[in-house]
Amino acid sequence: MKLKKGINIIDQHDKFGFYCNGKFGGNFVAETARKPIEDLSKLFEKLRRSKKFLKKRDFYFKHYLGGETPFFKLNNLTKYLGGAQIWCKDVSAINGDAHKAYHATVNALICKESGKKFIAGDTGAGMFGKNLALAAKEMKLSAKIFMGTKDISRQAPNVKFMREAGAEVVPVDSGSKTLVDAVSECMRHYVSNCDTTHLAVGSAIGANIFLKICAWSTSQISRELKRQLIKEFGEIPKLKLINVIGGGSSALGFWNEFIDYDKKHVELIGVEAKYAAPLATNAKVAILHGAAQYCLTDKEGQIAETHSLSAGLDYPGSSPLHGLLKDTKRARYTLASDKEALNAFKLVSKLENLRPSLEPAHAWSECIRIAPKLKKSDVIVVNNCGKGYKDKKIYIENIGYYPE
Amino acid sequence: MKNSIDNIFKEAKKQNRPALISYTVCGDNNKENSLNILNSISENIDIAEWGIAHNCPTADGKEIQNSSYRALTNGIKLKNIFQMVKKYKKNNFSKPIILMGYYQMIFNYGEVKFIKKCKEVGVDGLIVVDLSYPDNKDFAKLCKKNSICFVQLIAPTTSKQRMKEILKVSDTMVYMISMISTTGSALKVTTKKIIENYKIVKKISPSKNVVIGFGITEKTIGKLKSADGLVVGSAICKEISKSLKHRQNPVTNVSKLVKKLKSKIL
Ligand SMILES: Cc1ncc(COP(=O)(O)O)c(C=O)c1O
Repeated sequence: MKLKKGINIIDQHDKFGFYCNGKFGGNFVAETARKPIEDLSKLFEKLRRSKKFLKKRDFYFKHYLGGETPFFKLNNLTKYLGGAQIWCKDVSAINGDAHKAYHATVNALICKESGKKFIAGDTGAGMFGKNLALAAKEMKLSAKIFMGTKDISRQAPNVKFMREAGAEVVPVDSGSKTLVDAVSECMRHYVSNCDTTHLAVGSAIGANIFLKICAWSTSQISRELKRQLIKEFGEIPKLKLINVIGGGSSALGFWNEFIDYDKKHVELIGVEAKYAAPLATNAKVAILHGAAQYCLTDKEGQIAETHSLSAGLDYPGSSPLHGLLKDTKRARYTLASDKEALNAFKLVSKLENLRPSLEPAHAWSECIRIAPKLKKSDVIVVNNCGKGYKDKKIYIENIGYYPE
Repeated sequence: MKNSIDNIFKEAKKQNRPALISYTVCGDNNKENSLNILNSISENIDIAEWGIAHNCPTADGKEIQNSSYRALTNGIKLKNIFQMVKKYKKNNFSKPIILMGYYQMIFNYGEVKFIKKCKEVGVDGLIVVDLSYPDNKDFAKLCKKNSICFVQLIAPTTSKQRMKEILKVSDTMVYMISMISTTGSALKVTTKKIIENYKIVKKISPSKNVVIGFGITEKTIGKLKSADGLVVGSAICKEISKSLKHRQNPVTNVSKLVKKLKSKIL
């Protein structure tokens, strides 16, 4: 299997929605959802080719989400680690505090275009839920956010945002009470209400159209980064792009524009949470939430429980697109433990004016691990994709403080 | 044996009634009881659907989720399900049994191996909730080759064009979903509307045995009896939950419920 050059990775599927000769993706959904999904696919393909819609998207990205997020060198961390130059693409500076703002906003725009008045989404860390709630408010839609009860309690600050924005937060108390159960419940809600409700899936997962919409939306990150790199370096230097992977939406957005580059030129490194790492641990392919993907399961094929301090990473599956990037060896996947992520947060927040949430702290951990072994001419860029305020309590519980 | 499902519909038609199809989750509330339940209702049902429990059931409502959860908690595995089907068929040779589940369970076991095992133990049909047309073409062929009835689904959202395509490739039994819903919520459309949809399907394909399912209870079953067959699932699963809650025997309670259901369609 080879990636096709010059074709957006999201479009490298067959007519059944499969990537990699049928190995990943597809549309494993109940008959009831087929028609609404097909309608959504048609609508999305039309909108992404419509100048008017793109203008609207860009308007919202600029004026509602605050425009280009900053890109800067971390001089202290670079000096401290003594190897590669370390740069930060600070996506957390966006209005909405995480990359989830892009696809929450796009989903609300699509919902509006579809004529539907209800929007439903899942959330783990609460970043997607919060952004969807805000976008729904902005566009006068009624939002339902599905969230595991364990996550409602550990990501309370974001739950507050959702409720204040007028969204209904639906607690999901089944299974492990985390993201996997929230996604299942949200999909069930969709099956029952697909005639009136737009489904916004919180990561680059789900049946084909959902992961396409997601990765298409977050790609804004790499469009900006490419411009910013050229402005700084006059060219695309030899790069390592490090990104955390939960479902994989931020990584796909961070990498999208760079996939055609040779991996010796632009290396893509994904970091999963240690006990939620289907890509890094060579898990089996399984069908979860409508798509075939690398996924943690038990011997019987039941979906396995995961464990991570980070609610956004506590998910057994992975985007079918990451399956494709792994099998074609375009990206490399590794993992970081809770402890390593916490240590990374300590160091980064001590040396730099950054307060990453637990999710990007995993990416920082890999950066800290590899930077000292690299040369000064090597450039590492880390996607700092989420703000730490939501994890303040968890940081205090685990490291004793949260730097203001 | 391929004709056992067809014969059942013929027999029911002779008696001027729809076929009654039960849905329970295999292993609910435990292995022994679920087999006892099936054995005890077998004289009043025409076809038994047995659910393969999965822990990420994206199309099931609360009742069936609870049943699946109980079955999984009590350790149900595919291996057990196959053994139990074999046992059931031994005592109820002429009663067709259909396994229903999510594709992940089959995919994980291996399609070919799964079908072979189904054939070996006497499974008559298969419903795979999340393997819809046209993605199910190859799997349906594989079923056909092994004389297993692959039951296609049709939903209220299915367009007429798509319906035609599905019916063209479908086996003799087709499952019509009554409403836009997961399994097991109250009927949110009128029985009249459901029968209208049913007639559309029958008009396209008069020879197919079309069964209606989702949301059918004691209260509504009588009004749908012009269909070829009716599936009652969540109402039975709910009865099991209720029995357990009141420390009553689910086997006798479900048996009573099914008798009542049957009396309403005669
Ligand atoms: C800040 C942040 N980063 C990463 C993730 C993981 O998701 P994904 O891999 O889709 O970006 C989340 C999920 O909620 C998140 O909030």
